[in-house]
Amino acid sequence: MGRYRGLFPYALAAGLIILLAVFAPYLAPMDPYAQDLSLALRPPDSVNLLGTDRYGRDVLSRVIVGSQITICSSLLLLVATTVFGSVVGALCGLRGGRLDTIVMRLSDVFLAFPEMVFAIAAASVIGGGIAGAAMALILISWPKYARLARGLVLTIRSMPYLEAARMSGSSDREILFDHVLGNIAGPILVTAALNLGTIIMELAGLSFLGLGAMPPAAEWGAMMSNGRSMIQTAPWVILAPGMAIFVSVAVFNMLGDKLRDVFDPK
Amino acid sequence: MALLELHDIVKSFQKDGKPVRVLDNVTVSVEEGKCLGLVGQSGCGKSTLARIASRLTEADGGKILFDGSDITELKGNGLRHVYDGLQMIFQQPESSFNPRRLLGWSISEPLRRHGVSEGDCRERTAQLLREVGLDTDYAERYPHEVSGGECQRAAIARALALNPKLLICDEITSALDVTIQREITALIRSLIEKGMTCIFITHDLALLNDVADSVAVMEKGKIVEAGSTVDITSHPKSSAARELLEAALFEEGFEG
Ligand SMILES: Nc1ncnc2c1ncn2[C@@H]1O[C@H](COP(=O)(O)OP(=O)(O)OP(=O)(O)O)[C@@H](O)[C@H]1O
Ligand SMILES: [Mg+2]
Repeated sequence: MGRYRGLFPYALAAGLIILLAVFAPYLAPMDPYAQDLSLALRPPDSVNLLGTDRYGRDVLSRVIVGSQITICSSLLLLVATTVFGSVVGALCGLRGGRLDTIVMRLSDVFLAFPEMVFAIAAASVIGGGIAGAAMALILISWPKYARLARGLVLTIRSMPYLEAARMSGSSDREILFDHVLGNIAGPILVTAALNLGTIIMELAGLSFLGLGAMPPAAEWGAMMSNGRSMIQTAPWVILAPGMAIFVSVAVFNMLGDKLRDVFDPK
Repeated sequence: MALLELHDIVKSFQKDGKPVRVLDNVTVSVEEGKCLGLVGQSGCGKSTLARIASRLTEADGGKILFDGSDITELKGNGLRHVYDGLQMIFQQPESSFNPRRLLGWSISEPLRRHGVSEGDCRERTAQLLREVGLDTDYAERYPHEVSGGECQRAAIARALALNPKLLICDEITSALDVTIQREITALIRSLIEKGMTCIFITHDLALLNDVADSVAVMEKGKIVEAGSTVDITSHPKSSAARELLEAALFEEGFEG
């Protein structure tokens, strides 16, 4: 079990963040959307632990509720991208031929663009707030998983157990799901875990630029964007969601690192 | 009647951008209920021929007849039906099994794919395990939890699941030590005596005495000599067969 040493604290922290995100509405001490201009821009005190924003909304409650949008959307996004990219890539590796050539050239095109630039362009074309931003991010991140899965499939493609499965009467689909995916899952999961931090950052980044979650939604990127002009006078408004992004990105990145050590001890 | 016939099989692989001929107009057949031994030095194309016969590799030219029908171009469902009657066993027993699946799961895979119920699968798996000389609790083990010989027995069990007519055994004993080799060969022989047809590939001519009715000797992608096992092991005509025989006798001398 030595391999798992060091994984636990990060898994615990990540678990807590995810729990926080899922149960956010019950955990927020105040209504994150209740405005009271008479309470605007209060610095942190015993009532508003992280102060209030310019509409008098409780920043702590907004950060907590914001975790739901940011973390949950990022997780869903990550799952969708990983599953879609891996299945496509694994199929390419198994089938080869024209499907493989077309998909790989397509992924070359996507991979040739700088990620964030492409995401910004795609999100503004797609529109539609957070869902559009998520679509844009799926569009840029699936090729990474497709390439990885394809490469992994190529390493096991000529294993006799796949040929034995074929001779047992298994279809391509049965071979893919019963034999291939389980044997390539490790490195893909590690990549996904390492990617979560990036996705959280990118999703928040798009919202910050006004291409994701729209005001008044309590989303970390959008909240930072709102606090931008007050960074000198009311720094807590931008610092609170900024720290939330920093901490969750750091936790998920370190968890990814530890997972990599577990799956790939070299 | 011939169960499997290969006619004028031609195959080249690309090496450094140039095609290299690996099989050169190979014609060979195996009679129903008999065992054909296929011998030759490493790299002479035995595995390639076996893989072409079982349609795991495409030939560049030639014809494959199995059980009276042309299977050279079969795909999809047609090919799946061929595998009901034609099975292959590989050289490396461990990599013949998905490392993440229990042996029982893998052995019953052909049954499951043919719609056999879970209960019947379990029963038949136990029966198959006994048939190849393994305890039924081997179904609950992972491939890395059994020895190479046991794993190869499990592979034979899986190959037998659908009662095939033809077994292609590609150096199934090379990765095993000598006593285990003999046991596995004896197991194959007992299957042949019960009516199984077999192609037994090896580079050890001595092994064929125990198992094969006839022998085809390959050299550099060609069949250079074919005949009954007795003839070839006692009066080899080709230099290839003589060399293989000498090598086999040499090894036997070491084993005492
Ligand atoms: N997929 C492949 N791509 C390129 N060359 C190949 C491929 N498979 C086999 N070869 C070449 O074809 C030749 C015959 O290989 P094959 O595996 O059929 O020999 P073999 O008689 O089975 O040898 P061994 O006794 O070592 O198993 C070898 O020179 C090998 O390098
Ligand atoms: Mg071989």
